[in-house]
Amino acid sequence: MNFWLKLVITLVVAAGIIPAVGMAIGFAEMKLSAKMQSRVGPYFAGGRWGWAQLIADGVKFFQKEDLIPADADRPVFKWAPALVLAATVAILVPIPFGPDVVGRNLDLGIFYALAVSSLSTIGVLMAGWSSANKYSLIGGLRAAGQLIAYELPLVLAVVGVVMLAGTMSLNGIVEAQASWFSERGWQFGLPFVAVQFVGFGIFMIASLAELSRIPFDMPIAESELVMGYLTEYTGFRFLFFFLAEFANMFSLSAIAATLFLGGYWVPGLSDAQLNFVGPVVLFAKIGVLVFIMIWFRWTFPRFREDQLQSIAWKWLIPLSLANILVTGVLKVVF
Amino acid sequence: MAMPKLPGIGMLKGLAVTMKTMVKTIVLPGKYLNTINYPVDKEAPVPRARGVIALDQEACTVCMLCARNCPDWCIYIEGHKEEKTPEKPGGRVKVRATLDRFDIDYALCMYCGICVEVCPFDALFWSPDYEYSENHMGKLMHDMDRLQDWMATVPPDPGPER
Repeated sequence: MNFWLKLVITLVVAAGIIPAVGMAIGFAEMKLSAKMQSRVGPYFAGGRWGWAQLIADGVKFFQKEDLIPADADRPVFKWAPALVLAATVAILVPIPFGPDVVGRNLDLGIFYALAVSSLSTIGVLMAGWSSANKYSLIGGLRAAGQLIAYELPLVLAVVGVVMLAGTMSLNGIVEAQASWFSERGWQFGLPFVAVQFVGFGIFMIASLAELSRIPFDMPIAESELVMGYLTEYTGFRFLFFFLAEFANMFSLSAIAATLFLGGYWVPGLSDAQLNFVGPVVLFAKIGVLVFIMIWFRWTFPRFREDQLQSIAWKWLIPLSLANILVTGVLKVVF
Repeated sequence: MAMPKLPGIGMLKGLAVTMKTMVKTIVLPGKYLNTINYPVDKEAPVPRARGVIALDQEACTVCMLCARNCPDWCIYIEGHKEEKTPEKPGGRVKVRATLDRFDIDYALCMYCGICVEVCPFDALFWSPDYEYSENHMGKLMHDMDRLQDWMATVPPDPGPER
């Protein structure tokens, strides 16, 4: 295919998928949280079920004044939301939605995705620092501390999968789940969650913390920090953060589904068929994981800062190291 | 002796509660929904709800106790004395206080009910009606005719409480 044509298509899809997915997840969260609290949720926008609520919210954000505090570090303040959203878009590049439906099949796909996802930490720190507001600063520093602590279990949980698959390419990891022990002749498909359930649990907990969602929302704890690093943001700059949060839920769930739940793979289909069925399957798996994240959010209260740090350093990191050890031993034995 | 609890069992119980509530609300919204679809369906307020204050103009004697006791100074009263000509020539001239203006500014009112408590002639009543929001703050100033109209919504006196 023509390079430029492919570039334009990729750009349009990337520019469309982030707001669309962000809005869909945001709407799902509004409706599901309402049902969990015996409420109706959005009802009037759009005529039925309030389906246009998120569109109306988006239009509302665009109408708002773009306020920048007088003491703010203006360029840093302005670019922080763009950096957070850019990191979110960049994570989607190596995620395979089908054997050929992938932005770019990188050899170091998972390494790249995890490296880029930590870029948003810098955006959050920029936002907290440049707002010239004590709540924002404390929120930004808490976010930095939390994201550094949970980056480690996140990466270490992935190591087990990479050891099993023998590759860091996300396409390769999906293919490895489709064909276990192919070098010994007996070939069968099984998602890695069957043996890496500990890693899967650690990955989901750590990605909740990476998203700084409840129960890990110390950085934006409303009751103590107003809104943390988001305090001074209005209008479309706030919308950027808002979209980035939901799009990040999508991309981290996509990585988790690809690594642990078999990604786009369905038994008994050829590559050509998987190119069409794969995206649907992956979206369904992402939907389940996103639902679990929403479910957690509306069930649990917030962790205290010291509890949050001790969970990461005392439990998740040793557990993921033990997981790597056991995986390595079993890999050598079998 | 109590059994030692499994670690994390409380978290699972919490998850079960939210899941159960969600399923119940989706499957049987009529039974488990705790909210009312307000502009379409309306909630019947309890009889003693403090919605709006009604005025019985006939009972009012322009004594100004309500206006003076109002913590927000949201009651405006003006009145004059009307002299009735005596029935027989040389008789005593009777004087009756008459209301010219009785306004309650609901933009200021904090619904404390002191005016209703303090009225010695039972001219002020609580009504549970609550639908009188306006697009303009000045329209929340209800004049004596509008306050008289609220009398129709005052529930009958339930009698002394036991």
